[in-house]
Amino acid sequence: MNGEVVWDGSKQPQPQPVRKPKKRGMALEARKSFKKHWQLYLVVLPPLLFFIIFKYYPMANAVLAFKDYNVIKGIWGSPWVGLRNFKLFFDNPIFWDLIRNTIYLSGYLLLAGFPIPILLALMLNEIRSGRFKRIVQLVTFAPYFISTVVMVSIIMLFLAPRLGFANVALNHLGFDSINFLGEPGMFRSIYVWSDIWQTAGYSAVIYLAALAGIDPTLYEAAKVDGASRFQKIVHVDLPGILPTIVVILILNVGNVMAIGFEKVYLLQNPLNQSTSEIIATYVYSIGLLNANYSFATAVGLFNSVINLVLLLLVNGLAKRLTSNSIW
Amino acid sequence: MQAQAAPKRTSIRESAGDRLFMAVVYTILTIVLIAVLYPLIYIVSSSISSPAAVTSGRVFLWPVDISFKGFETLFNTPAILTGYGNSIFYTAFGTLISVALTVMIAYPLSRKTFFGRNAIMMIVTFTMIFSGGLIPTYMVVKSLHLIDTRWALLIPNAIWVWQVIIARTFFQASIPEELAEAAEIDGCSDLRFMRSVVIPLSKPILAVLVLMYAVGQWNAYFDALIYLKSANLFPLQLVLRSIIIQNNSSGMMDAMKMVERQQLSELLKYALIVVATLPVLIIYPFVQRYFVQGMLVGSVKG
Repeated sequence: MNGEVVWDGSKQPQPQPVRKPKKRGMALEARKSFKKHWQLYLVVLPPLLFFIIFKYYPMANAVLAFKDYNVIKGIWGSPWVGLRNFKLFFDNPIFWDLIRNTIYLSGYLLLAGFPIPILLALMLNEIRSGRFKRIVQLVTFAPYFISTVVMVSIIMLFLAPRLGFANVALNHLGFDSINFLGEPGMFRSIYVWSDIWQTAGYSAVIYLAALAGIDPTLYEAAKVDGASRFQKIVHVDLPGILPTIVVILILNVGNVMAIGFEKVYLLQNPLNQSTSEIIATYVYSIGLLNANYSFATAVGLFNSVINLVLLLLVNGLAKRLTSNSIW
Repeated sequence: MQAQAAPKRTSIRESAGDRLFMAVVYTILTIVLIAVLYPLIYIVSSSISSPAAVTSGRVFLWPVDISFKGFETLFNTPAILTGYGNSIFYTAFGTLISVALTVMIAYPLSRKTFFGRNAIMMIVTFTMIFSGGLIPTYMVVKSLHLIDTRWALLIPNAIWVWQVIIARTFFQASIPEELAEAAEIDGCSDLRFMRSVVIPLSKPILAVLVLMYAVGQWNAYFDALIYLKSANLFPLQLVLRSIIIQNNSSGMMDAMKMVERQQLSELLKYALIVVATLPVLIIYPFVQRYFVQGMLVGSVKG
């Protein structure tokens, strides 16, 4: 320890390096880093290859959308057809049905599913009794761990036309049975409310954490001013978690076109298809089931691009309006 | 309301309005509690009731004529046992691969002296907002001859970007740059530092990664749906889909009489749900805090 100090003291201060052009400075920094961290570069290689092969190579493969895919010639040998696949999609009468179904479903999910976790968190935050609060949190968080297949299985068992719990209950009350999953008009509600049942407790956690981070002196000030509990929620809690709300809202709005395939596909049947066919399920059925690769890629690419534009737009808007953004 | 005295224990007197407000809050939360809990109890109760009670709709809350016939049949069905075994395999190996790869990319990206960290982070996070799509990805997996092999469920979705962000944030916050520099001066290589300092110091984040990947892998069905064709490779979720959602229980109980079979097939569905969800829900109360941690670490820098 002592020697180190002496050694340090005897060392002359390094002369300040002459300012170099930025490019050479970067090259130097890179060379130094490679020499020093060559092991880390080896470590990072396999995961990086993963991203290149399974995420970026498919992006290159998306040129399929502008080609007429031929199995023998392969992706790169197949003839170019320009925008024909896109034109076919836009001219297809199903185009507007798909857009409408996709937007209505995620719009409904956003309108109903976004405020509920916030309300849940605000209510839980009011409760001082540790035990009740813990139980409610534990129980409402639990359905998050149920898989999509099990979730849809539960929905189907509960809503089954003859023996389902919902219809048995309806019959007891003197009503006729309803074939819930066969009604196109009910598909969206079933999807959205089961989703809320499953994820509200999970989503509330992030708001609860934000609420826990609010400056306690604000509550004391509110108390001195004689604010009621409700007024405290409106004037302290809500402004306190507003940044969190905005970020989550950006993420949700930005993903409106990216609504998940998994649950919709499992809930889908020929009877409810007029409302349950969304872009993602359509890509799967024409692409993988009918092997119409080029057309399905075009539809998928259209969806990805719209989604990207939407995300950037919403983010930019939020930046301008509130100075909260995800980038 | 106003005539009521405030409870003696509380020193701060709450106004009548506040008490009414809290009564409403408690009522709503109790309703929420019941609404979430009831379907879960109903399913467990049905799974251990007699087949006749389930098909005649006599189960409302508690089990009726307790019997374990559903579970007995399940454990005598080869397709379900195979699916269960497969799911355990995919969960164990998939989690191992995923956690290893995630740490391998997240740790170097957390080092300030690692040149190119921002560029690589951009490459990684961009895949979160844009993707080539279903078919182009399928073509890649196909050209690597992974279709209908176990690897198809272990590799193509091995790394989740969100997990990389969480792990990187953790490393940045809890492995000080000075520690790495000191080790370097002592002649410790980066690999050795990772093995003997970073990993032992990162148990909390490793727990988060393991649990999130494991639950994700156990619950997944989509990759199996598009990449697998042979039934002997199917994970439990896919077996479940075929039996409950596609209502395809033929070949499971061929030896039974018609009526008995019909009753049992209803009961089996409940038992299957319980069996598929139980491993996750049993460990859940003990690991909930890790999930919460994971969410919050990520949200700091999401």
